[in-house]
This record gives sequence, C-alpha cells and structure tokens, in this order.
Amino acid sequence: MTNLAIKTENLTKRYGSLEALKGVDLEVPPGFLFGIIGPDGAGKTSLIRTLATLVLPDGGRASVLGHDVVAEYRSIRNKMGYMPGRFSLYQDLSVLENLQLFASIYDTTIEKNYHLIKDIYQQIEPFKHRRAGQLSGGMKQKLALSCALIHEPEILFLDEPTTGVDPVSRNEFWEMLEDLKKKGISILVSTPYMDEAKLCDMVALIQNGTILSVNTPAEIVDSYNTPLYAIKATNKYQLLKDLKSYSYAASVFPFGEYIHYTDQRGLNVVEELKKHLEANNHSGIEVVSIAPTVEDCFMALMDEQV
Amino acid sequence: MRIIYYLVKKELLQIFRNKGMLPIIFVIPIIQLVILSNAADFEIKNLKLYFIDNDHSAFSRLLQSKLEGSQYFMITGSGLGSQNGDAAMQNDLADLVIELPRGFEKKLMREGFDKIQLRINAIDGTKAGLASIYASEVISDYNREIRDRYGASRSLILDHTEGNKIEITYSNWYNPDLNYKTFMVPGILVLLVTMIGAFLSSMNIVREKEIGTIEQINVTPIKKHQFIIGKLFPFWLLGLVELSIGFLIAWLVFEVPFIGNIFLLYGFAALYLLLILGMGLFISTLTQTQQQAMFISWFFLVVFILMSGLFTAIENMPVWAQKVTLFNPIRYFIEVVRMVMLKGSGLFEVRWHILIVLLYAIALNGLAVFRYRKTV
Repeated sequence: MTNLAIKTENLTKRYGSLEALKGVDLEVPPGFLFGIIGPDGAGKTSLIRTLATLVLPDGGRASVLGHDVVAEYRSIRNKMGYMPGRFSLYQDLSVLENLQLFASIYDTTIEKNYHLIKDIYQQIEPFKHRRAGQLSGGMKQKLALSCALIHEPEILFLDEPTTGVDPVSRNEFWEMLEDLKKKGISILVSTPYMDEAKLCDMVALIQNGTILSVNTPAEIVDSYNTPLYAIKATNKYQLLKDLKSYSYAASVFPFGEYIHYTDQRGLNVVEELKKHLEANNHSGIEVVSIAPTVEDCFMALMDEQV
Repeated sequence: MRIIYYLVKKELLQIFRNKGMLPIIFVIPIIQLVILSNAADFEIKNLKLYFIDNDHSAFSRLLQSKLEGSQYFMITGSGLGSQNGDAAMQNDLADLVIELPRGFEKKLMREGFDKIQLRINAIDGTKAGLASIYASEVISDYNREIRDRYGASRSLILDHTEGNKIEITYSNWYNPDLNYKTFMVPGILVLLVTMIGAFLSSMNIVREKEIGTIEQINVTPIKKHQFIIGKLFPFWLLGLVELSIGFLIAWLVFEVPFIGNIFLLYGFAALYLLLILGMGLFISTLTQTQQQAMFISWFFLVVFILMSGLFTAIENMPVWAQKVTLFNPIRYFIEVVRMVMLKGSGLFEVRWHILIVLLYAIALNGLAVFRYRKTV
C-alpha cells in the first residue's frame, strides 16, 4: 500500500461539456504543505472537491491516505478536514454551537481535542457566543479552520482559504498552517495568489484542468534559466506597449510598478534596452537585472502552455 | 443516536432563532384557522326573491308571507308580469323569481291544483341548488297548510315537480344543527398542518444547499439516515404541536365536538406527517433553490387542497377526478379527522386510510432517500 497522502492517476472530472480536470496525475507525500496554484477556473476547486469525496470523478483513480475516494470515501471522511472556499458554517449558530455541532458529529468533544485548535480558537474564544454570521472575515476563517480540525484529521483540504482576506490575516493564516504542519498534518491548499507559493513545501501549477509542473519553490526558481530584467519608466502604459512590440522581446509582464522582461538574445542587454527606450522618448528609465521569483516562473510556464 | 440528538438540537435552535419564520410557523396558522373557519361558510341566507303575484288573493298572500317569514329569503321586489322579474334577475336584484298565475286561488279551489313557476339564477350552481331546495321546502309547507284548511284534495304543483304526495323529513346525523364550522374546522386544521409540514421540510434541505452549509456536513462521516432523521424529526414534532394548538382552538373557540379517540387521531397525524415530510424532502432533493422548492410545493398543495373534498365534495366530482383524489394525501386525513372527531370512528373503520397513508409515506420517503445522495 502506498504511504502517500494523496495520489491521483489520470483523474478526470467533467461538468456537462466542460472538462474541469483533464487527467491529473499528482503525488503528495505525507506531512507536506502542498500548494495548488492556478488562475480562476483552472480546476483547483474540482480537484479538491473530488479528493474531499464531495464529487465523484468521471475517470482515473484517486486515493487519500491510501483510501480510494470512491470505494472508501467513509474512511477518508473520518480522517480529513475540509474548508470550502465559501464560508459554509451555520451563520445563525454561535461560534461555540458550530464547534460543538461538528465535534459531536465526529463523536468527540471540544475538551478532548482542545489542544489541537487551542492556538487558533483562542483568538476567537472571546466571541464564542456571537453568531457566526456576525464575525469578521478573518474570524470566520479561524472558526472554519477550528471546525475542520476538531476531530484530529490527518489531512486538511483548504480551498482558496485566503481569497478575499486582508494581507495581515493572510500572513497569520499561513503561520497557522505552518504550525499545523509541525503537528504532522498533511495539508493541501489551493490559492490563486502566486506569492503564496514560496510558503509551501511543494507546489503544483494547474491550468485548464492540467498540472503544468510539480516542484519545490526553490527548484522552480532554479529551473528558470533566462536572464530577467525589471524595467521602469514614467509612462508605464507606453512602456508596456513599446516593449511588447520590441523585436527581441521574449516575454513582457507587468509586475507591480515594474515590468518584467526577458530577451530572446539571452545576453546581458541592459544597455541595449536603455538605448532602445531612450530612442522611443521614455523618461525616468530604470533597467535592472534581477533574480526570478516563483511568480515569474509560473508566468513563463503558463506562457509556454498558451 | 447522539449525533441525531445534536442534529435535532441544532435544527430546533435554528428554527427558534429565525425571527422571520417563527411567526409564520405559529401565529399565521392560528389566525388562518380562526378566519377561514368563519369565512368558509356554505350556508346561504337572505336569498333575493322577486315575487310576481298576478292573482292578488288570500292564497297568494299566504304564500308570500310564508316566504317572507323564512330565514332564507328576502323579498327584494314584487310586481306584475314576467318581464319585471326577468329585469330584476338581469340586474342582479333577484336570485330567484316566483310567479303565481292569474286565477291561482280560483283554480286551486275549483280544480284542486295549480302550477306556479320558479326561476333561479344559476350562475352560482351551489346557490341555485340551495335556493331551489329552500323554495320547495317553503312551498310544500304551504301545501300542507292549504290541505289542512281546505281538504286533502287541494294541492299546488310546482312547475318542475310532480305532486308532493310523499313528505320527506330530515334528521342530520353527526352534525345535527348542520353547523358548518363543525364540518369545516377539522378540515382547515388538516390543511394548515399539511402546509406547514410541506413548506418547511421542502425548503429546509434546499436552504442548506443554497447557502452551502450542506458541503460542510457532507464531508463529515454523518450517515444519510442520521442527517434525514435529524432534519425531519423537528418538523414532525412541530406539526404535532401545531395540530394540538389547532385542536385546542377547535374545542375552545368553535366548540367542535370531539367524539372519537384523540390518541387514534394523533397516531394517524403522526403517520400522515411522515408522508407530508417525505414529500417535502423529495421536493428538496429535486431542487436547487428555496424558490424552486417553494413553487413546486405550492403547485402540489393547491391541487391537493382544492381536490381534498373540503371545498367541493369528492362525490360531486367527475369520475376521473374522483380517481385522481385517491392520490391526494390530504383527502385521507380530512376524512379521518371528520370520521374520528364527529362520528367517533375507531381504528377498524379507518384501517384502510391508515394502510394507504402508511404505504404512501414509505413510498415517498423511500424515493426521497434514494434521490438524496450525499455525493451530489
């Protein structure tokens, strides 16, 4: 028997004519904080819902903790925690009532497993008699995570937990995940934010229902072997247009206040670029050679796909 | 068991916290019961009568005063000639016209009989039927009086009937005063319990689908039957509480007699609620939003209510419609409520009703459970 936390083979899922998953092969080792990163509509939610035994796959196989998602779904449900993208606890029940309900559904009590949720739950405990619907976004998320953890799961599925959450709460949330991982819980988390990739142990990039690559964040950056330039000028829009129409341009992406650029020539072209831009009447020009981030690698990978 | 207990507790908490639903569940049915039972009165009094007396004799005046004296009629006009009566009916000033021919008294005295004419506005069939019955009653009473006074050979023949040689006397069993409330209140009570049960259960699971909470429940190891029992039990309980409140009102406000065994009725109601909740559950497995569930329940309930035998006697329906009512659960409960409450029927008399409702409940719940899959 495999000791992988998650294993899928040629997993497919379709909704009518829409193919949400086109043969996904994935192996997630136990105890990993594994990220699934991809744009909206890439198939992240379909993959997580299939693994969480909420929908049946149309083809291929998938197993979680060695249990088949179709035949042995009941064993999986006892061992996993799931947090859907949309807040799905009872808004008209209080924090405590929600937690009690989920504890009793799993035939356990809050007291028994308090140690598991202590760090997270303590932050919302002062509001335990408040209705869940009246909590702030960050607090709702902590409650949802507490409810997903109350039965001591071996694996956690988190579907876009940080979407629509402020940057401070996002950081906090990732710290919580790090702590949970230390307790030996395998975590599968999906996110549309590429900057969160570097916080994972391993990252799978998914697009159009296909996994493009599975790597550690460091490997991803290492695999990026073309020189990358960050370019800035006063008129950013004009700059973007000019760079895109530049005959040597390989890729051009807006990235914060800079534009990330790669060149087909593969040499150090800082000076040439400066000259080219000056010739096009740009002012405040800044061209620096930089080290790539995970996001650059993904943009490049996704570009290759298209 | 522990899990079901917690699910029921959660459901009850949610119901009692829902400030919008609570009044709907308890106050509105009570108000409806009180209002509907007073309004749904089929008794017709004060029918507008146009009296055409072409004879102006002692005999004709006697008939007029008899009609006037009846609580059913109100003479709104009188005159000579048919056309006046027709005009009155045309202008909705008369529900019926009675016309006595010229020489009415003379013919009755000499030949021993005469004919009078009765014309009835039959736009409302029920009303027309009743008007005809009431008028016949008054006229046969008049007949009797004439015979007593002037000898048995004299009789009046209504235009559309043969001579009234046989007298009919009535005795109304089980509802001696023909009190409509006695008849209607138990039926309306059934409707209210049905509506509450069907609407609440059909909208409940679909609500969890709509707001997404069913996802979080579905990933847990909860078993189908636990979830469904947890969902239906609170509404089953509510239905019985509702029924009890209704019985109390029927007894205190309307003084409806309760002749049969109350436990038999509760037993039947418990079974009946299972059927209704199963129907609601089935609807909620077919729908995606509360709106859809509401409309589908509404559609079925309207058909069931109108064909329940409460507003139109099932015996009056065409044969095919009578057959359709065999599939109407409300029909059975209304029959049983009336039989047990008013007639004092026992278990043996309602055994077929019990069997049918039981089979129906098993079928609907089975279908609902089959349709309800945790992995959507």
